Amino acid sequence: MEVFSDPVVLARLQFAATALFHFLFVPLSVGFGLIMAILQTKAAKSGDVHDVALARFWLRIFTVTFAVGVATGITMEFSFGTNWADYSRFVGDIFGAPLAAEALFAFFLESVFLGVLLFGRNRVSQRFYTVSAWLVWGGSCLSALWIIIANSWMQTPAGYEVVETAAGSKAVMTNFFEAAFNPSTIQRYLHVVMALLIMGAFVAIAIAAYYKLKNRDDIFASKLLRVGVITAIATTVLMLPAAHMQAVAVVENQPAKLAAMEGQYETGPVELSLIGWVDESAQKTYAISIPGGTSFLADFDFTTEYPGLNDFPVDEQPEGVNFIFQSYHLMVAMFGLIALVVLLALLVMFDKLQGKKWVLRILQFGWIAPILAIEFGWVVAEFGRQPWIVYGELKTADAISQSVSATQLLITLALFIIVYVIIYVVWAKIVLKTVKAGPSVYLPEEQAKAGEEA
Amino acid sequence: MSALAILWFVLIAVVMAGYFVLDGFDLGVGVLYPFLGKNEQDKAIMRRAIGPVWDGNEVWLLTAGGALFAAFAPAYATSFSGFYLAIMLVLMGLILRAVSLEFRAYADNKGIWDWTFFVGSLLPALLFGVAVGNVMAGIPLNANGDYTGTFFGLLTPFTLICGVLGLVQMLFQGACWVSLKAPLGSDLRASASKLRYPLGIAALLVFVIATVLWFTTVLPGSSAEIGLTSLAFIFAFMYVIVMVLAIGMGSGSSSCDLLAFILTEAGCVCLIGLMAATLFPNLIVATDPALSITIASAAGSDVTLGAMTVIAVIGVPLVLFYHVLVYRKFAGRITPEDLAH
Repeated sequence: MEVFSDPVVLARLQFAATALFHFLFVPLSVGFGLIMAILQTKAAKSGDVHDVALARFWLRIFTVTFAVGVATGITMEFSFGTNWADYSRFVGDIFGAPLAAEALFAFFLESVFLGVLLFGRNRVSQRFYTVSAWLVWGGSCLSALWIIIANSWMQTPAGYEVVETAAGSKAVMTNFFEAAFNPSTIQRYLHVVMALLIMGAFVAIAIAAYYKLKNRDDIFASKLLRVGVITAIATTVLMLPAAHMQAVAVVENQPAKLAAMEGQYETGPVELSLIGWVDESAQKTYAISIPGGTSFLADFDFTTEYPGLNDFPVDEQPEGVNFIFQSYHLMVAMFGLIALVVLLALLVMFDKLQGKKWVLRILQFGWIAPILAIEFGWVVAEFGRQPWIVYGELKTADAISQSVSATQLLITLALFIIVYVIIYVVWAKIVLKTVKAGPSVYLPEEQAKAGEEA
Repeated sequence: MSALAILWFVLIAVVMAGYFVLDGFDLGVGVLYPFLGKNEQDKAIMRRAIGPVWDGNEVWLLTAGGALFAAFAPAYATSFSGFYLAIMLVLMGLILRAVSLEFRAYADNKGIWDWTFFVGSLLPALLFGVAVGNVMAGIPLNANGDYTGTFFGLLTPFTLICGVLGLVQMLFQGACWVSLKAPLGSDLRASASKLRYPLGIAALLVFVIATVLWFTTVLPGSSAEIGLTSLAFIFAFMYVIVMVLAIGMGSGSSSCDLLAFILTEAGCVCLIGLMAATLFPNLIVATDPALSITIASAAGSDVTLGAMTVIAVIGVPLVLFYHVLVYRKFAGRITPEDLAH
């Protein structure tokens, strides 16, 4: 098949596969991290045996997840050099600095203090331990900031000029702050981090719902549910302005992406579709929609006109318009589900839905909505940017490593898939096993019992 | 060649030395793990010896990669894409290693994760040296800076012996670390410290072979050269001295554990210094010297290097502070109480 002999397609496939897989664990690390730090703080404050056991239980889930996040993150940092050498040559002057800063300001913070959480319970004071928990979470948020800075620069480059050198053209930084805080950095960061935190809260809710369904670990379920619901409410509400700002940033800076997201081919007011289908060959979009709705959201005017796809040269239009359209609308639909699940979880927390098992079942699987929204969001952001790798400056097709053959890419793609599938299965088994065993194994009497048996 | 660019050449060498010094010993422990860890107790001590610190140590590699990308992007692009399969093997090793210790704690079949921990440590420990050997000896590049040779073209006697040198040095570091952390009077400490003697001799021997190969097979008729001859000589000389002293610490007495470890680490710094002095002002030597990637040809703009300098001035002291803080919290030999947690 042609797909398997085109290095550009294979390099993109490999990046998409490894990034989407890594992006399963990032939300869990950042999202779990906040819950972990909150639970640890509560445990340190109250000293209650149940609080302590719950914090230790959650730490176990957090650390095994974090390890996978670290392992799959190294791939991403290496991949720019291995698979995207010409990209690295073009953007190195701008893109490298945030990666170096991420390692220096974020990775060290996370990794060094994670060591304390894992092994330091008998070595450091409780205060030091609790501060370490917050530092690990703070590190993961900083990590997200630097990587969003780098990604946003690819979407809305700023603070640079393109110069011609003997070895070809390259982007050169003219202003660090303009490059780092380019027109979409802040919006994108808030949007992404809220999504990650929602995901963490939803897993806490799911575990609590599971215990409630099984009528076990009642105290733990209620404690976990409370933390999960409060975090979920706060982040879901904050997501509304964050998402709005991000959408406006797209409208203002990436018109071709906006046109693809709503399947708009000609200039005009942009519809707000709920559900639909883009017939790419006929250049028509069939949708249930509010005419001018997106224009209204962006500009508070239903008649504001925005360019359609045909306003861009054919070789500057995103491919797979229907794919982008569907991903975008599924992401929004998932947010609708998220809001619904948060509402149900709130009612369960106040004991309003006693005996309604189906509600607990929905909560148990509610986490599927945010993780899908996160992955769809990535697809919209990155596919919508195509055919550019740096919007308006460098095409993806001109960015790969010329010294790496299609065969090599195919081999490593297969290797990644095999290794990642194994890692995923083992990780999932460990998390399920830990959840099934429950936080009660960390209660003093259970620990004593286990000690006697051993 | 601006002063900022030279500063970043030095800084990247410093970060690489930091990586070698810190992650070197835990990679070494990983490779020694199946050989020294004869029973569950010993294995647990070895895991605990690096458990709290290995992850932070590994970040030095990511920092070096990021700094190279930022300061000398063409060198980053050429080396990572040129050593493609080798880098992928390193990557697979690092991935397996990162999950091994964590997965092992919960897994039913612990043997698998012991094995992946070993392989995941061996691959990077061996291959980093091969990469360095190639960068120094010269590789075929085209005008775009792309490697034009094959995977097996990277494996010459000199580059392989550089790989072995890196591995043996890390094994030496690992043996010293285990001697330093294992409980006094334990069999593990005794067998680890006994390894110091043969590993030290082996490292020196491999170093001599590498030097001979460099002067006989690499230098004549190639574009490779020694950039700063006297500095390179000083580092080489210091390496030998330091290693002789480390071997002189003997293999028995526990009072020398700390000093032997420090001396081995000093040896790592000398090796990186030797690499940097030899390469200067090149970053990657090309078979055709006109195509070599140099500090001048690859350096980022002064705006970027200036911003990076500010980042480093703020970040590096912070990082050193975390390291000192946490290493002190975990200082001393491992106690039964540590293992219970």
